[in-house]
Amino acid sequence: MSDIQIVAAPPGVEGSGFFATSLDKAIGLARSHSLWPLPFATSCCGIEFMATMGSHYDLSRFGAERLSFSPRQADLLMVMGTISKKMAPVLRQVYLQMAEPRWVMAVGACASSGGIFDTYSVLQGIDEVIPVDVYVPGCPPRPEGIIDGFINIQKLVQTESLRRRDSPEYQKLLSSYGIQ
Amino acid sequence: MAKITNEELLQKVTAQFGDKITDVVEPYGLLTFETARESIIDMLRWLKNDPQLQFIYLTDLTGIHYPEIAGKEIGVIYHLHSLVNNTRIRIKVFLTEGDINIPSATELWNGANWMERETYDFFGVNFVGHPDLRRILNVDDMTVFPMRREFPLEDPNRVDKQDYYFGR
Repeated sequence: MSDIQIVAAPPGVEGSGFFATSLDKAIGLARSHSLWPLPFATSCCGIEFMATMGSHYDLSRFGAERLSFSPRQADLLMVMGTISKKMAPVLRQVYLQMAEPRWVMAVGACASSGGIFDTYSVLQGIDEVIPVDVYVPGCPPRPEGIIDGFINIQKLVQTESLRRRDSPEYQKLLSSYGIQ
Repeated sequence: MAKITNEELLQKVTAQFGDKITDVVEPYGLLTFETARESIIDMLRWLKNDPQLQFIYLTDLTGIHYPEIAGKEIGVIYHLHSLVNNTRIRIKVFLTEGDINIPSATELWNGANWMERETYDFFGVNFVGHPDLRRILNVDDMTVFPMRREFPLEDPNRVDKQDYYFGR
């Protein structure tokens, strides 16, 4: 027998010859294991991300084999590094070009809060311009930290309702950033 | 080793410009003096074109802010390098708050273009005659000149460093 593990089935009703679950759970399961990340790496956290993608830590074990360098095909925007105020409109445009459903992960202190760069030229956290789902602490975080953040994104993807993106709460969040 | 000493250099500059040169100092062996904005371009042109001196290289052009010195708040500083003589010179021009205009050095060096844009960006110095004086490093919609002393270095939008969080 191979020791390759496959993902467990979502909770549902099982009987001889059939398995029933909700569409939300099935789609969440599929999506969470085929997230295409868009790496937006501007500094040292990006180097840690390279290690995360490398064979030693191997993010592709979690279904993120395929990095998408086009925002239009990406599901997960991973912002790694200091974002200056001049870069902020670029980051925002990248986010706008992504199709729903989309998730955002702020990796490291700079992307989360500006980090040590408390100065006039640096954006004090990317959540000033785009909504963020998961923050990964560290300066820079170890690859384990980035993987932990990724697993948290997967949990979000698995548990959120397919209709969440249409909910008034989500629309309100986006409009607070001036998106649509 | 420089082929021309600071004494000879100063002698030549004084012979040409006389009392237009003030506050001559030599920190770390670098000949430094001040002049007025009316004579700066003539002086730079002469230093560049003089057959013996040949200060053909504008190493740096930057600004400085001394809010406590009335009448000389904003400074513009030129560093020149004579590659032939292997010697350097530094010229300062001080401007008054409220009249921060100085002629552009772009007619002498094209390389002054971006340096003057940077000095405008950070200190708000208006280089008269510059072909394209707009911000170069900071965001276009910035309303302040961040290297001036009255402007706080830290970002005012930041909330996580407030004393409240540290029990102060």
